[in-house]
Amino acid sequence: MDGLVIDDVSMRFELPNGSHVQALQNVSLNIASGELMSVLGPSGCGKTTFLNIIAGFLAPTAGKVELNGSAVSGPASERGMVFQQGALFEWMNVRDNVAFGPSMKKMAKSESAGIVDHLLETVGLQDFKDKAVYELSGGMQQRVALARCLANDPDVILMDEPLGALDALTREKMQGLVLKLWKETGKTIILITHSVEEALLLGERLLVMAPRPGRIHKEYRLPFADMGVGADLREVKKMDGYSETREEILTMIWDMEEEIMGRAETEQ
Amino acid sequence: MIIALIYASIFVIAFIAVRLVSRLMTARKDFTSLKTVTFGDESAVSPDRAATVISVLGIFLIWGAFTGSAIAPIHVPGPFIGDTSFTYTARNPDGQRDRADVAIRVHVVGEDVEAPELAGGDEGFAKNDSAKVAAWRSGLVRVRRNDEGGREDGYEVVQVNGQSIAPGESVAVDDGTVSMTAKGTLSFEPEKGWQMEKIWLPAPEDVWSRLVEIASDGYRNFTLIEHLGWSLIRVIAGFALGSLVGIPLGYAMGLSNFFRGWFDPIVEFMRPVPPLALIPLVIIWFGIDETGKIILLFLAALWIMTIASRAGVSGVNITKIHAAYSLGASKWQIMRHVIVPNSLPEIFTGARVAMGVCWGTVVAAELVAAEKGAGQMIVAASKFQLTDIVIMGIILIGIIGYGIDILMRRAERFLVPWKGRS
Repeated sequence: MDGLVIDDVSMRFELPNGSHVQALQNVSLNIASGELMSVLGPSGCGKTTFLNIIAGFLAPTAGKVELNGSAVSGPASERGMVFQQGALFEWMNVRDNVAFGPSMKKMAKSESAGIVDHLLETVGLQDFKDKAVYELSGGMQQRVALARCLANDPDVILMDEPLGALDALTREKMQGLVLKLWKETGKTIILITHSVEEALLLGERLLVMAPRPGRIHKEYRLPFADMGVGADLREVKKMDGYSETREEILTMIWDMEEEIMGRAETEQ
Repeated sequence: MIIALIYASIFVIAFIAVRLVSRLMTARKDFTSLKTVTFGDESAVSPDRAATVISVLGIFLIWGAFTGSAIAPIHVPGPFIGDTSFTYTARNPDGQRDRADVAIRVHVVGEDVEAPELAGGDEGFAKNDSAKVAAWRSGLVRVRRNDEGGREDGYEVVQVNGQSIAPGESVAVDDGTVSMTAKGTLSFEPEKGWQMEKIWLPAPEDVWSRLVEIASDGYRNFTLIEHLGWSLIRVIAGFALGSLVGIPLGYAMGLSNFFRGWFDPIVEFMRPVPPLALIPLVIIWFGIDETGKIILLFLAALWIMTIASRAGVSGVNITKIHAAYSLGASKWQIMRHVIVPNSLPEIFTGARVAMGVCWGTVVAAELVAAEKGAGQMIVAASKFQLTDIVIMGIILIGIIGYGIDILMRRAERFLVPWKGRS
């Protein structure tokens, strides 16, 4: 079938001291092609494990992941990934970073140059092509990371807190950019975040996960991402239902955090 | 001790002077000058170039002052040179006493001078004497030889300059000391002053003229360039071989469990063994010619380069590897485009250390046994007390070692500009 299928995935880490951690338990989910889904949850709920399994960096202890009908068995260019930071190659300039995927596929430079130029223009870095990546600000580096991921034309883009290390203003601008890229490219995007606001703005579907064991707690379908495309995100935040949903999710996550704290205290 | 005190006082005076001068000069107008907190702020500390210049000049000043050099405007007191005299009183077996003068001419070592002429009449049984003594040396003055009855038993010298003297004792006189040997002979030791003798420490200009001489004429059948060049060639050959084997070995240890397990005990055991400790074994096995030296330097560089490249591989951020896999790179492409460039900064750091160690090791190996090389040159010169060549060699070895490090740093900035920037 089309899209991403996560079928009854469980992940259990055995610890050296004999105990184990159930990072994910029986997670099932279908993500249609072109969907934008944000994933939210308190720390330790298995968000990153979930993403690493889809990316193919980890094999689940049970269940399976399929993309467009074929099982995921390792990392591949059809599932691009954008990390929080530190994933750019300092020994390459901006252009070569973006061209990395195409050049790994032995695409001719003349062919990839057009793609790279177009993408750098899309993310607003056309004037920084020949800069070293360490000369760029954090926000610009994430723009390069987005462009590099898109240059490979993946089916799914996995984002692991891509905006987590940015300051508030840059972050808001980048949220607009993510929405724009989503609409323009029609890619399936799964985005992990710690920010409830970001999850509301950048999720047609919003997944709230719960810890111990990591599992899907609740799922929302939200209109804000569609509204936000090309619009002022601060206007979106004034829409009906936005603050109510935000409060509801915040309460939910606070309750989970308190439960974790309480459990930790009784364990002691 | 005196030199240390003088050095400390130059330091203190220069410190105060530089502080005063820089306060009088117009204040700098940069960002650092506006900082109110500079104590403890490392970024606000930059080398004071005035202090650097004074420091270097100070070293040469002290060196020159203590060697009587022409380049130093002031000198510490040198050894006494010139004529001096003292008197002695002798007693003959009959108990009679008589005084006589001794004229001493103190001359520069190696210079040929006559002993001073004896002037005036001389009554009594003790006769005047004259002698010559080289500066920094001492000389026996056999005053009894020409005295009447001086060779008889019971004849003895009892006073010098009116102060009584006995075997083993000494008396301070003008410009020197007179002491009596166990056999009753007088010995004169002229005032040495504070300056160093040439055979212990030559003046800077002597070292320089020796450098010019050896650069054109050579030393021990090889020119200076050949001596230094051979040392450098050995270092480069040993380092190149060590890198050629060490870097791939380090990569293998960083990427494969089996290689890590197999080579871990060897590398961890060999790492703390100083290369100098291997010299005797290398000489036993390979002799003193080039093979042995290059193998020694190969071993010196090998473990450093292995550990550096292993650290370079282990230091790669897993995020970068994940990113490369997600971008469709194969294992080989990840090796070529991610792991190798990512490890280059570590390898360069290792290379700098290895070059320094190799340079030190080659000099030491040449000290032990060699026909040519910087170390051989200075050890051969030291056997003939040619201190100027030894000092010149040490300075050249230092300059070359420093030059190697600067070159490596330049290369590093040019080849791995991203070092420390991730």
